[in-house]
Amino acid sequence: MTPFTTCTAVAAPLLRDNVDTDAIIPSREIKSVGKTGLEDGLFAGWRYTEIGGREPDPGFILNQAAYRDAQFLLSGTNFGCGSSREHAAWALAEYGFRAVVAPSFNPIFQGNCVRNGIVPVVQAADVVAQLADEAPEPMTIDLVACEVRAASGATWSFEIGEEARHMLLEGLDAIALTLLRRAEIDAFLADDRRRRPWIYPGANG
Amino acid sequence: MAKTLFDKIWEAHRIADLGDGAALIAIDRVLLHERTGGVALQSLESAGYSVLAPERAFATMDHVVDTRPGRTDETLMPTGKNFIVATREAAKKAGITMFDIGDPRQGIVHIISPEQGIIQPGSTLVCPDSHTCSQGALGGLAWGIGSSEAEHALATGTLRIQKPGTMRITVSGQLSRGVTAKDLALYILEQIGAAGSRGLVVEYAGTAIAALDVDQRLTLCNMATELGAFTAIIAPDDTTFAYLEGRPFSPQGALWTQAVEAGRDLSSDDDACFDREWSMDASDVAPMITWGTSPQQAMRLGAPVPRTGDSPRDTAEAVVRALDYMGLKPEQEIVGLKIDAAFIGSCTNSRVSDLRRVAEILRGKHVAPHVRAICVPGSSQVRIAAEAEGLHQVFLDAGFEWREAGCSMCFYAGGESFGPQERVISSTNRNFESRQGPGTRTHLASPETVAASAIAGRIVSPAHGEPSS
Ligand code: SF4
Repeated sequence: MTPFTTCTAVAAPLLRDNVDTDAIIPSREIKSVGKTGLEDGLFAGWRYTEIGGREPDPGFILNQAAYRDAQFLLSGTNFGCGSSREHAAWALAEYGFRAVVAPSFNPIFQGNCVRNGIVPVVQAADVVAQLADEAPEPMTIDLVACEVRAASGATWSFEIGEEARHMLLEGLDAIALTLLRRAEIDAFLADDRRRRPWIYPGANG
Repeated sequence: MAKTLFDKIWEAHRIADLGDGAALIAIDRVLLHERTGGVALQSLESAGYSVLAPERAFATMDHVVDTRPGRTDETLMPTGKNFIVATREAAKKAGITMFDIGDPRQGIVHIISPEQGIIQPGSTLVCPDSHTCSQGALGGLAWGIGSSEAEHALATGTLRIQKPGTMRITVSGQLSRGVTAKDLALYILEQIGAAGSRGLVVEYAGTAIAALDVDQRLTLCNMATELGAFTAIIAPDDTTFAYLEGRPFSPQGALWTQAVEAGRDLSSDDDACFDREWSMDASDVAPMITWGTSPQQAMRLGAPVPRTGDSPRDTAEAVVRALDYMGLKPEQEIVGLKIDAAFIGSCTNSRVSDLRRVAEILRGKHVAPHVRAICVPGSSQVRIAAEAEGLHQVFLDAGFEWREAGCSMCFYAGGESFGPQERVISSTNRNFESRQGPGTRTHLASPETVAASAIAGRIVSPAHGEPSS
């Protein structure tokens, strides 16, 4: 995954509360076995003029010229609620989103964001509104300083779990993070094979 | 300090503390199925990781695979074959044991794991599937995970998890004659609701639980996810050991003796503290059925559906919506309602003991002419055993379709389904809107109730179907 330190980009305002994972990626858009091929299905229900179609709806924010290259999304409370399907985070990442700024997130979705290199930034609704007012002027998310900076210079700090921050800063997925403890895991397994040999196939009975 | 059964398993698997109540936990077994397993294996490989312990990982074909006789890789679900082929190839590459189409060990993942002795008391087992909790019936800690977590477990043999809380559900007394573990599961759902155990490890305990055989324990634990639980578990006992002894993947010889010795210590200490406790008497349970679109919308068979606003756990709006979807009116009687179809199958109720009890009801009878009746054995082993006993002939003579093993119409994935507004009585675990087909109306009940209703062509009490003596 690409590490995230500081990023300056356009933020697209999608100021609705309870944007659920089915709105982010409708189940009918999940056609393949893998994690890719989801980009075109992102927000499909809102983005296109008809269900299953590909005719862009000019009213939808991501279809407007100024927001074509948006890498941040501004949204309402409880972003990512609904089914825990990870496809929602995959679709956002594949489309090119690097962060979502919202007053609150669904906890499972928030975890999925971190695992997929998207920074979930929690900011009060009035801050999100102010950032939306300044869009499409590029804003900055600084994960080193844990700060959000509007184009006007206004700055707010944000909180994120230490482990999540570490993973995002280093571009580590959870597997890479865990494999840093490989020696500890191996030692545990060696010991456990003695304690519970019946759990390990191939042990002599 | 006194410990719960869960604490003991947790501590035996804790590799490191990660702070804030999270830990790195060793995972003994990973199970996969073709709907989610292929994705996990493929994306693992594309990220450059390999499977740490392929000898402790297993995969099966159950969700997407066709269940009509003479099946191949082709499915009614338009892209289904891709899932099958991708999972088969990825499992082979990774060196994982695969219970493929045509393998006599194939079947629904939560049925074959106990059947093959993959789940063991005191072990940790994960699978990207929410009904993994079923397997806690054998005294292991088994739970459903997401796609990324499955990759993590495969690559590292561990998971980073927040320690869940605990809840003990004590069921004293004995279930009445004709009342099954399925009725008990639905009764508990009605009593404590679909969020009644949210995020908790539920330990089922008490005399009524001890009296259940392993198949019935599996049925009960299966529906813990419907309670919102992290998982369910039952302390291993002689019933457990007798069931697992000699199974293909169970430890053999001296290792088995050692495993049983260790397994005997696996119970909650007398003074262990649970975050929540709930108790009930088994004699309060009667045959149950669901009336709505959430498993908590269950009631005693014979009671009328609720009046709006009169259901303890649902808002009036939710009741109206559920009744409307189900085509029911407030206070309507459920008994006597005409059905269009009857389904025996799923990881809840499709083991050979279930099929035996159903066959007793069906023997010498025929399903009502307007009813489509389907039986899908939970595993190929179940099918083979049932056929050896001639049970399939009883089903066929009664007008049931007799299928190959799989999830089949337990859930609608884009392939085969029941029709819109069709009323189905089903031995499965979820009655969500469109779960068994777009617009399909599902009533959950025990296999006995399903069988008796199939014959009557309308919902009846299982006592109706008792063989005349
Ligand atoms: S039988 Fe149904 S509930 Fe069980 S694993 Fe299959 S789809 Fe899921």
